[in-house]
Amino acid sequence: MKLIAIQKLLNATILTGKELLDHLEVKMICGSDLISDVLSFTKERSLLLTGLTNPQIIRAAEMIDLCGIVFVRGKRPGDDVIRMARERKIPLLVTELPLFESCGVLYNAGLPGCSGLSLATGGDKSVAAPRPS
Amino acid sequence: MSQPRVLLEIPVEGNNFTTAGEAASRVKRTLQKLGIDSALIRRVSIATYEAEMNIVIHAEYGKIVLQVDAGGVTVLAEDRGKGIPDLNQAMTAGFSTASDRARAMGFGAGMGLPNIKKCTDQLEIDTQVNVGTKVVMKFTYPTTS
Repeated sequence: MKLIAIQKLLNATILTGKELLDHLEVKMICGSDLISDVLSFTKERSLLLTGLTNPQIIRAAEMIDLCGIVFVRGKRPGDDVIRMARERKIPLLVTELPLFESCGVLYNAGLPGCSGLSLATGGDKSVAAPRPS
Repeated sequence: MSQPRVLLEIPVEGNNFTTAGEAASRVKRTLQKLGIDSALIRRVSIATYEAEMNIVIHAEYGKIVLQVDAGGVTVLAEDRGKGIPDLNQAMTAGFSTASDRARAMGFGAGMGLPNIKKCTDQLEIDTQVNVGTKVVMKFTYPTTS
C-alpha cells in the first residue's frame, strides 16, 4: 500500500516527506515504543507506528531503512528530529489515534505485521488462537 | 586472506544521547559507498548501532572501529566502563540494566546483545568488571553462486 493511502486512512498530518508519499510502497507495519524491538523485528519497507519522538527513533529508522514513521496519540517530535528525518528522506506523519487503534485500522486495511505469524492458516507461520478465558 | 583495512575509528562518548548513533550512521554510509550487499549492510548497521548504544548507556567512553578484508566486515566496539558481571544473563532476551533515562528514550528492552548475536556471523565478547568490554562482530560476505 502506498504511504499516501496510509496517511489518509489515519487522517495523519505530514511533518516531512510529502513528496515521497506517492512513491513509497509499504509492505508491513511495526507498532512499538521499544527501539531494540523495532531493530530486531522490523523488516525492510516497513512503516513504524510509535509514541517515541526522540532523535534516536530517526537513527534507528536509518539503520533499518524504514519507509517512514507515524507518531501516534498526536505526539509531535521537535524541529531537530524533523530536520534529521528530512536530511535522511524519512517521511514523518502524526495521527491523533493511539497505537492500538492505528495498528487496527491498517491491519483491517490488509497490511500485515512484521512477524509473519498469523492466527489463521495462510500466514508464513500460524499460531494457535488463544482460548477465551 | 588480505590484511584487514581499518576504514573508520570513531570515539563514542558515554551518556551522550545527542551524538549517539552517529558512529553507526557513518559505518553504514561507508559500507554503502563500497557497494557492499544491502542485506549485509543492514545486519552490520543494526549490530553496530546496538553496540554503540551499549557504550552510550553503560560505559564512560569507547570507540567503534570498522575494518574490511577479503572475507567480510569486522566491527569492534570497545569501552572503558563497568563491564558485564554476568555475560550469560546479559545475553538473555529481556534482561536489562539500562537507566531510567535510557528507558524513557525507548532503550532497555533487553534485546541489545541478543540482537547483536542474531545479526553477526561471529561474535566475541571480552569483558572485565570495572574495566570495560570489547565486542568483536564479524560479518561474512554472502557467497555468490
